[in-house]
Parts: sequence; structure tokens; C-alpha cells
Amino acid sequence: MSRYDMVDVLIIGAGASGAAAAWSLADTRMRILCLEQGDWVKSSELPANGRDWEARRYTDFDIHPNRRARPTDYPINEDNSVMKVANFNGVGGGTILWTAHFPRMHPSDFRVRSLDGVADDWPISYWDLEPFFEQNDRLVGVSGLPGDPGVPPRHPPMPPLPLGRTGTLYAKTMNGLGWHWWPSDSAIASTDYDGRAKCINLGHCTPGCAQGAKASADITYWPAALRAGVELRTHCRVREITLNAQGMANGAVYFDAEGREHFQPAEVVILACNGIGTPRLLLNSASGRFPKGLANSSGLVGRNLMLHPWPQIRGHVDDELDGDRGPMNVIWSKEFYETDRSRGFLRGYTMQFGRTTGLVNEAITSAAVGILPWGRDHHKTYRGLVNRRLIIGIACEDLPEEHNRVTLDPALKDSHGIPAPKIDYTISDNTARMMEHGIARATEVLEAAGARNIYTSRSLLNSPGHLLGTCRMGHDPERSVVNAWGRSHDVKNLFIVDGSIWVTSGGVNPTSTIQALALYIADQMKRRLGNLFDDD
Amino acid sequence: MTHDDPATLTEAERAILQRLMGIMIPADPDMALPSGADPLILEDFIRSLGRDAVPIRSILAQFRRNGFLDLPMAQAEDLAMVLLGETRAEVLALSRVVAAAYYRDDRVMLAHGREPRPPFPKGHAIVQGDWTLLDVVKQRNPIWRDDREA
Repeated sequence: MSRYDMVDVLIIGAGASGAAAAWSLADTRMRILCLEQGDWVKSSELPANGRDWEARRYTDFDIHPNRRARPTDYPINEDNSVMKVANFNGVGGGTILWTAHFPRMHPSDFRVRSLDGVADDWPISYWDLEPFFEQNDRLVGVSGLPGDPGVPPRHPPMPPLPLGRTGTLYAKTMNGLGWHWWPSDSAIASTDYDGRAKCINLGHCTPGCAQGAKASADITYWPAALRAGVELRTHCRVREITLNAQGMANGAVYFDAEGREHFQPAEVVILACNGIGTPRLLLNSASGRFPKGLANSSGLVGRNLMLHPWPQIRGHVDDELDGDRGPMNVIWSKEFYETDRSRGFLRGYTMQFGRTTGLVNEAITSAAVGILPWGRDHHKTYRGLVNRRLIIGIACEDLPEEHNRVTLDPALKDSHGIPAPKIDYTISDNTARMMEHGIARATEVLEAAGARNIYTSRSLLNSPGHLLGTCRMGHDPERSVVNAWGRSHDVKNLFIVDGSIWVTSGGVNPTSTIQALALYIADQMKRRLGNLFDDD
Repeated sequence: MTHDDPATLTEAERAILQRLMGIMIPADPDMALPSGADPLILEDFIRSLGRDAVPIRSILAQFRRNGFLDLPMAQAEDLAMVLLGETRAEVLALSRVVAAAYYRDDRVMLAHGREPRPPFPKGHAIVQGDWTLLDVVKQRNPIWRDDREA
């Protein structure tokens, strides 16, 4: 096993949180290294460059790693989960394959115990993160419109993406119902921004943006971090975090692209592998000192997995809409976000209103649910579907439950022989009631818009499967894995900056809050450089 | 591509596939739409089998066992509709690859008003939409809970 020179900070994972932390810490002038198991994704390799762009969403650009099965992916046993996982392993991580919908968590999301008597409060508040939300919006480049009565004040640096025909229909319908709506915040450039060209409506944004308008972390934080001296090593899959005799993390063992083993010593280790990769690595780093997994004296590493149940309700109208000719993100509604006990559940959800997919995916998805027949009526039916679809997603808050968890599969291994993760996950009664409420409200919207073929998918194969909660933060070492600024209670030079440290999930896409939290933790580290390893 | 490659179809499998795709997507002369059995579309399908080859070949084998090629057209259509009506992963894989090959064909895209090209670099244009619809929403009081007031 070869041994590299010591670095000051070793970050594992080059996705949304690792990139933000690397960028922020770079101004300390410390020697910072990031190890990433995937590779850079060239814009010329993205599906939008080719005629097969829609089909590649089901192969090498599928958001589901088991289906995608790139050499840089690791398998996940999801047999005992009603939801599937979404991720991407590469520079930029999950931001390579995302819609770039960019809502923040709400202030109430951080106070669920105090306000609603469920789960636990976070050890920090929305207001602790607010300056980092603002900073992140500027660095990422967010398009949106200030003044939304549904969320706290914020200042997106670019104007919103067009409503288009689809958004206009949604807006008229929501006004008719008297329900809140607002143009979605999107991490997509609506104007030329910071060297990136504006969105030219390539279509569904999830399988990468060849234009570079979508703010994946490989084209936002990473170029700036690299210019500031951060080193990024790709095709490096970490097997375990190692400890010295004093119980401090002293580096990581990893495999390179050729399968050779290396040891990278470090003064500080930061994990940024998100809600499955991070607990997997900690569990794979069990030792005599930590037989249940590194930093796991609480027994909570891997527990409280939250995946964001996300039913989608679809319908078709008679008039032609935008179809796939524009970003998926259009508007959101916060009408049912905050708790109203009369609804029969606690907490709430965001309604997300989308444009749709292209010619191929209209056929695939409509045939799959029996709306589009094969045979003699195929063309006649298809003409009434294409470019006429409405789709509403219900982004449900998923409360933490310890039985929802990540463990190590006893048999499944990745291509380097490292034990793979296994997830056990069910949807709680509260969340199930929330889902049904959202489905009913979305159905009302679609009916009011004149839609037919209304169809609900409660558990899509390609549902988001956000990865949250498996190394929760908190003040109590017996009830949390990291403290209020991301440091392990057990190992004083081990930090986590990704979605695994979330206490609750909110009812929003997580990336904005993940990155704000990573910037917050990096800022806390910089403020404490002189006593970073002291007791709390 | 070797003979053992799972993506290499036998002549019998190609014949089943051609008949099946023609039944799944018939031609529509009025809209200038080709049949799914069109040679260019069929070849695109076969080139695109990739990781779906094994499940799709299992479906084709099922058609072969049912004597699909020897059936009169009406009975062949009936058999196809029964098997395609199942929700097995193999059927979904077949539908997915058929749809992908068909709906990216130049003639099909043109018939549906789309230029036969990839999205990048030209992109698409969409209208801004009616932003005055937001005026009524702007008049609402905040509906988010401020935890500092709780």
C-alpha cells in the first residue's frame, strides 16, 4: 500500500456538500485534498448532445445507481425498501443528475418538536443558516423572484425562468382555487451568469445540462476551489477511515482506478458522501475502538434514513403546452406546507408543478400506466397526449424513524470488494396520510385545469429518493452522531457536511439546504481553527 | 459483436420482433408515420438493445413458444395485446426500447412537429407566459411560520 504526504484536510466526496466545504475552507490556505470515487463528466458526453438523449435516462444517466451501474457506482440492496435511491457518483455528485429545483427548508422545519411535538428540533435554526443560504444562492446562481409570501425573504440573483404555456395554465388554475403559487427557485441560469451561458431550454434537465446553465457543483464550486489550490483526485474509492492510537482520525485507505490500495494521511477528515455513502463508510470503518462502526457510540449511524416520499399526479389537457421544451421546474405551492392538524397529519408538503418529458418518454410512461395503447389506436391516442401533460409532485416531509436505516449487506460488495449498503425503509402512517392529502389536492388542481387521464404514481421507480438523516446532528452524544457544527461527538477531527446530518427532512428538495449547511460548518471550522479539537 | 453476445438476435427472433413492432405501432399514412416494423426503426431498436437484451429476448421466446409467426394476423394481434398488457419488467423493457427507437426517428419527429435533432446546441424557445397572474398572490400575507414568533 502506498502512502501519500499528509494533508491538512481530507474531504471524501466531491458532490454538492464536499464542493461547497472545499471552496469555503480554501481561503484558510490549508492543504486540502478531496477524494472522489467517480470522474468528471464532460459536457460533450451528456445525453442532450445526441438523438438518444431520452433513452439514456434509462441507462448510463439513470438516477437509480443499480440501473445505471457505471463502473464508478456501487450497488445498493433496496429489496426491503418501498422507495429507490437516487444518486450520482462523480465530480458534482447528485447535482449532475437533478432538476435543480432549489427551495430552502423553512424556519419551522428546524423546530418540529417545539412547534408540532414530533421528532426532534435541529440544534441550529434557519436563521443560523440564512447568510449561508444567501451566499450559496449567489455562488450557485439561482433564478427566482423575491416577494414570495410562502417562504422567508430571499434574494435570487437572476429573474425566474419563464412560466411558459404550462406555467400559465397552472397559475390560472391555482388562482381559481385561491391557492398559493410562486415561480420556483431554480439553480438554472436564466441569464448569462458568472461565466455560464443562460438556459436555452434543452428539455428535461435531469440528465445533465450540456449548455452549462444548470448549476451542477462541477461547474460552480469546483472550478473556484481548484483555482484556490484545492486538490481533487478522481477514481478514488475510500474503503475506510483509520484511527491513530489516540482515537483521532488519521487518514483514509482508498482504491485508485487500477484497484491499487493507498493510504492518505490527514489531520482532519470531512465526510461528504450523503445519506447512504457516509454511514456506509463509517460502518465499514469499524475497529476495536468502535466495533459498531466509526463514530457510532450512539448506535445511530445509519438510522433515521429519510427518502422523501414523492407521489406524482399526472393528467393531459386538450391544448398544447410546453411539453419538454423548457426546464422541468415551473412553479411551487406552499399552500399545504405548514402544519394544520385539521388535515389529519402533522407537517406538510410542497406541491411542485412541472413541465414534462419528450416524445420518447411520453410514450414510455403513458404506455407503462395503460394510458397509451399499443396497436391500432396508438397514434390517435398519442396525438392527444404529447405536449399536453401536466405533472404535479408532492414533496412530503419524511419524519425520522430509527427502523428506517442503512446497514452493510452481508453478501453484496462493490467492484473493489467493499461491503455494499442495504437499506430498510417504510413509509410512516403520518406520511401516508400526508401523501393522500397531497394526491387529493393535486387531483383537484388537474381537474380544475381540465385534465383527463389523471393518474397517480405513489412510488415511482425513479422517484427522487433523497438521502437524509443517517448521521443526525444534535447536542446529546447519546442521541446524535455529530454536534451542532458537524463534528463527530466521538472523534474530534472527523466532520460530516452532507445530508446525513439532517435531523428532519422538510418537504423540499434538499440541495439548497445541504450546501448552506456545508458552508455553515466550514465557517464554524474556520472560526475555531485554534481549538478545533477541544471538547464542546 | 460475437455470436454469443446477448444483444445478437437470431433470424427467428428478428422475424418475431418485426411482426411484433408492426402490430405495436402500425403505420399511419395520414400523418406520414411509419410502422414500428420499418427497417430503419427495427435496426435502431436492435442496435439499442444493450442491457435490455436479456429480458427482451425472453419476451421474444415467449412469442415463439406461442407460435406467433404462424398465427393469422387477428390472432397474432390478440396474443400481442395480451402479453403486452402484462406489467412484468420484461414487457416494460420491450416497450421502453420500442418507444425510444420509434419516437426518435426523423419521420416520426417531423410528423409531431419536432426538428429531427438533439436538444443541444440549438435548444428550444418557450414563451414567458402571463406574469400578471401573480398579482393576486403578491397581495397575500406571509403563510410561512416564523419560529421566532412561536
